[in-house]
Amino acid sequence: MDSHSGKCLAVDLTTRRAEIRPLPQDLLRLCLGGVGLGTRLLAEWVAPGTPPLSPDNAIVFASGALAGTMAPCSSNHATVTKSPLTGFLSTSVSSGHWSLSLKRAGYDALIVTGAAESPDYVFVDDEIVHFNAAGHLWGMTTQRTSEEIRRHHGDDRVRVAAIGPGGERQVSYACIDDGYPLSHRGGAGAVMGSKKLKAIAIRGTQAMAVHDLHRLEKASLALNARARTAPVAKNRQSTALDCLLAVNKQGALPTRNFRESCFKGTAKLAGKDDSGYRVVKVSACPSCPIACRGLLQAADGPYAWAATTLDYQTLAALGPQCGIDNMPAILKAAELCQQYGLDTVSTGGCIAWAMESFERGLLAGEDAGGIDLSFGNADALIEMVKQIGERKGIGHLLAEGTRRASAKLGRGSEQWAMHSKGLEISGCDPRGSEDQALPLAVGLGAESDDCWLCLDSTTDRRSNPGSRNKAREDQATLFDSLLLCRQSEDCFHDFLSEAADLYAAATGVGLSPTELERTGERITTLKKSFNIREGWKRSDDCLPPRLLEVAASARKGKAGELAEAKLKAMLDDYYEARGWTAEGLVPHQKLRELGLDGPPAMGKGK
Amino acid sequence: MERRYVQCDRDKCTGCMICQFICSAGKEGNFNLEKSRISVVQTGPSTVTAIACQFCRNHPCIKACPRDALSADAATHTLKLDKARCAGCGWCIEACPFGAMTLDDSTKSVTACDLCTNHAQPRCIEVCPRNALSLYISRRGR
Repeated sequence: MDSHSGKCLAVDLTTRRAEIRPLPQDLLRLCLGGVGLGTRLLAEWVAPGTPPLSPDNAIVFASGALAGTMAPCSSNHATVTKSPLTGFLSTSVSSGHWSLSLKRAGYDALIVTGAAESPDYVFVDDEIVHFNAAGHLWGMTTQRTSEEIRRHHGDDRVRVAAIGPGGERQVSYACIDDGYPLSHRGGAGAVMGSKKLKAIAIRGTQAMAVHDLHRLEKASLALNARARTAPVAKNRQSTALDCLLAVNKQGALPTRNFRESCFKGTAKLAGKDDSGYRVVKVSACPSCPIACRGLLQAADGPYAWAATTLDYQTLAALGPQCGIDNMPAILKAAELCQQYGLDTVSTGGCIAWAMESFERGLLAGEDAGGIDLSFGNADALIEMVKQIGERKGIGHLLAEGTRRASAKLGRGSEQWAMHSKGLEISGCDPRGSEDQALPLAVGLGAESDDCWLCLDSTTDRRSNPGSRNKAREDQATLFDSLLLCRQSEDCFHDFLSEAADLYAAATGVGLSPTELERTGERITTLKKSFNIREGWKRSDDCLPPRLLEVAASARKGKAGELAEAKLKAMLDDYYEARGWTAEGLVPHQKLRELGLDGPPAMGKGK
Repeated sequence: MERRYVQCDRDKCTGCMICQFICSAGKEGNFNLEKSRISVVQTGPSTVTAIACQFCRNHPCIKACPRDALSADAATHTLKLDKARCAGCGWCIEACPFGAMTLDDSTKSVTACDLCTNHAQPRCIEVCPRNALSLYISRRGR
């Protein structure tokens, strides 16, 4: 399997030992890579019931068959761990130079277990692994850490994925910053923090051979050519804002902690002339023809010079969710989130919850640290991000995520804790569409959900939301396991056969489109099995009471509001479409059908 | 002598490195960004650009070579390397003001952009998704 190195690096921080182990070919064929491989390895390396923040939990960074090649949008990796926020699986896909370095260092996966006694950082220099003290880096922001490590090694090829002060203090939704900050969900940064692992630096210099170079080149160039005309490429940096306007027009924009679903401030946010920011640079990940990342900078005012890239999820969570219509303030908050290493969506969700609690008088005066936490107060937003990152004052409560914070605060605040399985809900208001509600309720891996508006054109209209969601979930899983960026979805005419072609060209393993589809189902089931093992019950697949009991303001009088009975019916449909039991469990026969009943392929002790 | 080289508009360049991927694929038969004749470099906190051999008029690399392995090829407007003479000492790399020479570790010889003379135009220009790359031709001082 040419472009799979077939090697995995297992790093144990407790014993400070690293070991290169072979990955069985069958495993790669069954799970492809990325999220699939990561989930499988995590399930085999972490014992059931392991507390997420204990040394026994593992973080798996999984690369894919196409990473490091010129296949479009392929320089990605998946971070898979047991989430401290949900207690279930957390998979987040990230892209950029770090992903490329991981692959070019010669590994399909990097597994980190154990915990260091004092702050450490790991430097993977192709096949040599160094354990370096990181006492001097502890407390630094993610970017400073990266700069320091790269300066120390004196080589631009060294790429760093680091946690910030948020991860060090184990904020439940801390993320790992690998240079391209987008909403990385699920709290992998907290797991890294609990291991006292400040950063993973990688210098990968190996050549990537592929099975059939000519075929891969041809397929990639055809996709690249389509990327020039794909809608996402046309819009480029304005994608986030366009998306915001479209969602708002549909009356599905979560506003002020989901109290409303239409935000008056969007016009001000999207205004071209007076919104107070400029686009500094449009940049792309390696091998990406789309270049969706616009570096935005606040032009003037109190937050001048704040610069960061914004995706839709970040914009929606830190903007309308908190009632903020001030773009420079959102940029500043997003930049702070990146520096502290916090997931922007969960941060926004927690602050929105705090703001609502404040307005209802539950977090008054002393509790709120004397901050005026009203919706729309930009200074409060900035201050809250800082407090969460440093776990100071009320930030200590919010750092636990809305589920635990509302349980602690009590007094009915659970009613407006907008989370599903502990993970803050983002993006689109699910009351607008059943196609949005179902994935939010059943979400398996804490990945950032796409919004239904953007997906409607690409998924066919099947009979019921259950089977529609199955098809979409399987396709998304394939994207995350082949590690093709979901932004490139528009470039594919026939995803399954074109993806199979790319995969065959890279690895020499011919998978038919049907087999590939099956693989998508297998990996989704794998994710589900992990959650079931960790104590998932049907009652976990639910939505917050506000979404089920209260109709969205903008849609009053219109059809389409959710109710518990409706959600229950959708869940039934979904489990049936999947071939699971009515309780949502995976029957043994299904596992056997998908080839998931074999013995562990690469257990920890083996 | 006519001067030709691949130039990059840094305002358009996104740093996607597709030029590097296609270059190494064409020249080396695999994806090895280090052996690409063109490389994407970060020139500022938020500026990137791609650099390849600029075929300088005064040829600092040729002057620096202690074994006379490098020469200017007037027909193709590129550098010519006598592989038998090159010992991989790296003097040309030191002398190059653009960092456009690379050392191939496996053969211990240097490489530079050859403008893909066997193609209609350099392949990097062909594949650049934002049309940031173009072929610069100057006949000044001929």
